[in-house]
Amino acid sequence: MPQQFLAQGEQLPVPAIDFTAVLPILIVLGAASIGVLLEAFLPKHQRWSSQIALSLAGIVGAGIALAAYIGDAPEQGITTFTAEGATSGALAVDTPALFLWGTLLALGLASVLMIGDRSLEPGGAFISQAGLQGGLQTREQANATGMQTEIFPLTLFALGGMMTFVAANDLLTMFIALEVLSLPLYLMCGLARRRRLLSQEAAVKYFLLGAFASAFFLYGVALLYGYAGSVKLPEIAEAMAGTDVSDTLLYTGIGLVVVGLLFKGSVGPFHTWTPDVYQGAPTPVTGFMAACTKVAAFGGMLRVLTVAFEPASWEWEVPLWLIAVISMAIGAILGLTQRDLKRMIAYSSIAHAGFLVVGAMTLTEDGLSATLFYLLAYGFTTIAIFGIISLVRDANGEATDLSSWAGLAKRSPLVAGVFTFLLLALAGIPLTSGFIGKFAVFSAALADGNAALVVIALVASAIAAFFYLRVVVLMYFSEPAAKGPAVTVPGAFTTAAITLGTVATLVLGVVPAFALNWASAGGFVP
Amino acid sequence: MTLLLAIILLPLVGAVVVAGLRANDRLATAVAFGFSLVTLALVVPLWLGYDPDGARLQQTSSIDWIPPFDIHISFGMDGIALLMIAVIGVLVPMIIGLVGFTDKLPEGRSAGGYLSLILVQQSLTIAVFAATDVFLFYVLFEVMLIPMYFLIGGYGGKSRQYAAVKFFLYSFLGGLIMLAAAIGAYVQAADELGEGTFDWQTLAEVIPQAPLATQIWLFLGFFLAFAVKAPLVPFHTWLPDAAGEAPIGVAVLLVGVLDKVGTFGFLRYSIPLFPDASRELAPLVLGLAVAGVLYGSILAAGQQDMKRFIAYVSIAHFGFIALGIFAFTAQAQVGAVTYMLNHSLATGMLIIVIGMVIARGGATTISAYGGMAKLTPVLAGMFLLAGLSTLSLPGTNSFISEFLVLLGSFETQPVFTTVATIGMVLAAVYVLWLYQRVMQGPVRGDALLGASGGPGAVGAPETGAKKTVRDVSLKELGVLAPLVVLIIGLGFYPKPALDVVTPVVEETVSIVSITEGSNE
Repeated sequence: MPQQFLAQGEQLPVPAIDFTAVLPILIVLGAASIGVLLEAFLPKHQRWSSQIALSLAGIVGAGIALAAYIGDAPEQGITTFTAEGATSGALAVDTPALFLWGTLLALGLASVLMIGDRSLEPGGAFISQAGLQGGLQTREQANATGMQTEIFPLTLFALGGMMTFVAANDLLTMFIALEVLSLPLYLMCGLARRRRLLSQEAAVKYFLLGAFASAFFLYGVALLYGYAGSVKLPEIAEAMAGTDVSDTLLYTGIGLVVVGLLFKGSVGPFHTWTPDVYQGAPTPVTGFMAACTKVAAFGGMLRVLTVAFEPASWEWEVPLWLIAVISMAIGAILGLTQRDLKRMIAYSSIAHAGFLVVGAMTLTEDGLSATLFYLLAYGFTTIAIFGIISLVRDANGEATDLSSWAGLAKRSPLVAGVFTFLLLALAGIPLTSGFIGKFAVFSAALADGNAALVVIALVASAIAAFFYLRVVVLMYFSEPAAKGPAVTVPGAFTTAAITLGTVATLVLGVVPAFALNWASAGGFVP
Repeated sequence: MTLLLAIILLPLVGAVVVAGLRANDRLATAVAFGFSLVTLALVVPLWLGYDPDGARLQQTSSIDWIPPFDIHISFGMDGIALLMIAVIGVLVPMIIGLVGFTDKLPEGRSAGGYLSLILVQQSLTIAVFAATDVFLFYVLFEVMLIPMYFLIGGYGGKSRQYAAVKFFLYSFLGGLIMLAAAIGAYVQAADELGEGTFDWQTLAEVIPQAPLATQIWLFLGFFLAFAVKAPLVPFHTWLPDAAGEAPIGVAVLLVGVLDKVGTFGFLRYSIPLFPDASRELAPLVLGLAVAGVLYGSILAAGQQDMKRFIAYVSIAHFGFIALGIFAFTAQAQVGAVTYMLNHSLATGMLIIVIGMVIARGGATTISAYGGMAKLTPVLAGMFLLAGLSTLSLPGTNSFISEFLVLLGSFETQPVFTTVATIGMVLAAVYVLWLYQRVMQGPVRGDALLGASGGPGAVGAPETGAKKTVRDVSLKELGVLAPLVVLIIGLGFYPKPALDVVTPVVEETVSIVSITEGSNE
């Protein structure tokens, strides 16, 4: 009965909102909404320029708002969207959330730059009409120079969803944020101008499996609500202290929620969508997904494991331990057999997800800051990697088959050099950010008494190093193929994105102290 | 800025300059040579300024790098490091001198790129020996692989790609395991001191207090990395491939200097940080060492390829060095440390001479040669000298080292030492047999004789030898002469080397024996 909640003449109770704290999210989502309006009202030829200006302005504006907030932020972080009488709000704005927002905005900026580039492919990497089917009869349409500019508001919505996701302090907010970030991504995967069938297959596969994962997550939320009588993360932790409700609800709930998160983070054995989607999606979107979705998924996982499930850690530690090992093994070993560069990076991301699980299950302060740093480092490297992949092209678009990269160093020493550096970062060679990330995570895990897992992770790193090296070998020591692909000279946008990613990889590898300090400035709000 | 820091940075500057000169091979070689000579010149005051009886680490410098983990960029050196830095300083100018005739670069490759990688390698290798922060040591240990990987993979023989990747992965995996152990040491220090550290000197005070089980795990982590690097059997399989495929100069650098990081690691890290574990596990290491002596010697005798021959000879010699280190007597360890120096000189010269043979004949298989001494008497003489130094003939530099190792080890490890002595006999067999097959007897073999019916290729009608088979040129003699002087000089007057290392070695050995006393 509605009257029960809303008596006659009474107003809907408005939760207390700290607007300055959530301003970055509001700016991103606001820009996304304006983007939809632009799409509806602007003539076609003006859309691209105004959309890209709006997106960049939105992200930069959100970054400025974030910096201003951090400038005079309370020490321990706050929760906001607090309902009347509640002890904590629906969004937590604490150090990890702020760090992750900064990470997401920086990575989002690079992604939008790559998505907006029109110099590599006439008209951009996206088709002119989203409904185009694969097949020969549509090649002309595919080659038409228009571009689907809906991609910009979709990106911003996904980004806003991710930012909400990592700050969500209750499971329902988290679920909604999960959908806000996922739905645009499903669509964006299907927009590739070239190889339409592959792209559409990727979108469908991602959507179907993603929907399952969301359902798991939601079911888990329901069970946890049944157990704790609340969806708030701190209250679930409190409920574990003293309740006579069956533990089955709790464990099943934790299991289902975590599975939903592991799926988003492409952790093996919930990774099956990753290679296909990474390969099929347009490369700028793959870069966005690979970097930002991973940050969001693991940001959420860190919060859930620490704030809500910490009291039950002895129950989920062993399964997560196994999952980390499985993920590292799948990523490292199957990565060896790949012939396609994008699939190879996909398996590499599965291995990295395993390393991240090692960090996420280490519930110490060091574990938290190490995982946050790892996400930052990995995101930048990945974006730059996909930026470079989008440069090497032949008549059919990007040449992602490994064989066509043979001898690249002879023709384009700069591109090959940067790509080698990024691969070494993924492999975790010292003086790159990838190494410092691995070092921080492993030392936190070792200090937490997880020596066996660390050794397994190191062996997995060494195996994975082999397939990165194989690409280096191909580029430097092999003779170029006669009809090999050409390296396209990138436009300003892609150049900027690659430069940002590469410089960040180098700086975080050589002088990582400042970022490590940011990451360890504080923990989650209770 | 300390002198040591200048010696680390100078080759790096040289590498940048030389990399800019890729258009002009001659100029690039001259500039690289100049930089390597200046570096060598700087080593002289470094050596003279070193006080053997002073503090263990001298020329120290330190700046903060990653404060959250208490990581510093700190350098310093003891006598052992000084010896290795001096060896690098001597060998690099020769390696650069080899470019163009002994080391012919592949078509279309500029000397600038190659030499710049060599100089980067030199800088990193010096830095590895000079690092006094365990984390920095690990970083350099891994980064050091990258130029070597490109040197082998980019400029090597037929299966260079395979060799380069194999080399990289072996060392990288070993390094990662060492990283785990280094983090373990950091955590252990955090438990003891309340705050973790990677500073070598602090760790050397804290870690020996750790329980034996912890020490053993950490020791094994470091040991694996060093055993891959130094190569001890059974972690050696990458070396024959890498040394066999690498260009001559790179093989000198690899076998002569890079591999010494492994034995240096035993002395600098394994024993001082984990004395109890070192003592506990010494039989294991000694077993591997002696197995390496025998295995390397027997396989060296059976090799068909001259470059792979050197790799197996080195495996045998690294066995001797490890034996001397883990016998824990001052005499044996002094022998082992000077052996590190003398092996670099002897094997370095042998590789260079073999490279000159290969440059003349064009083949690396032993059976393609025969009776070469008749055509190239001076080269044959050099070959013999390098060979005799390799088999430790009295009067050459290696003799005193091998003698000290065996004498000192016999006190504490009579069984292992007796077995290792067989290696000395085998050394005479494989060296002299190689010399006999390549140099003596009538002139024969495809590599030396001109193609049948191709008179143009034949330079000397009376023997039928190819035109390319000529005796050593003045330039080649210039490369070899310093080695000859050092080999014979240190053979008769090894005191300078012994003086520099004896105090450090005595300190290292005392660490092990002190803890031994306290446990009893």
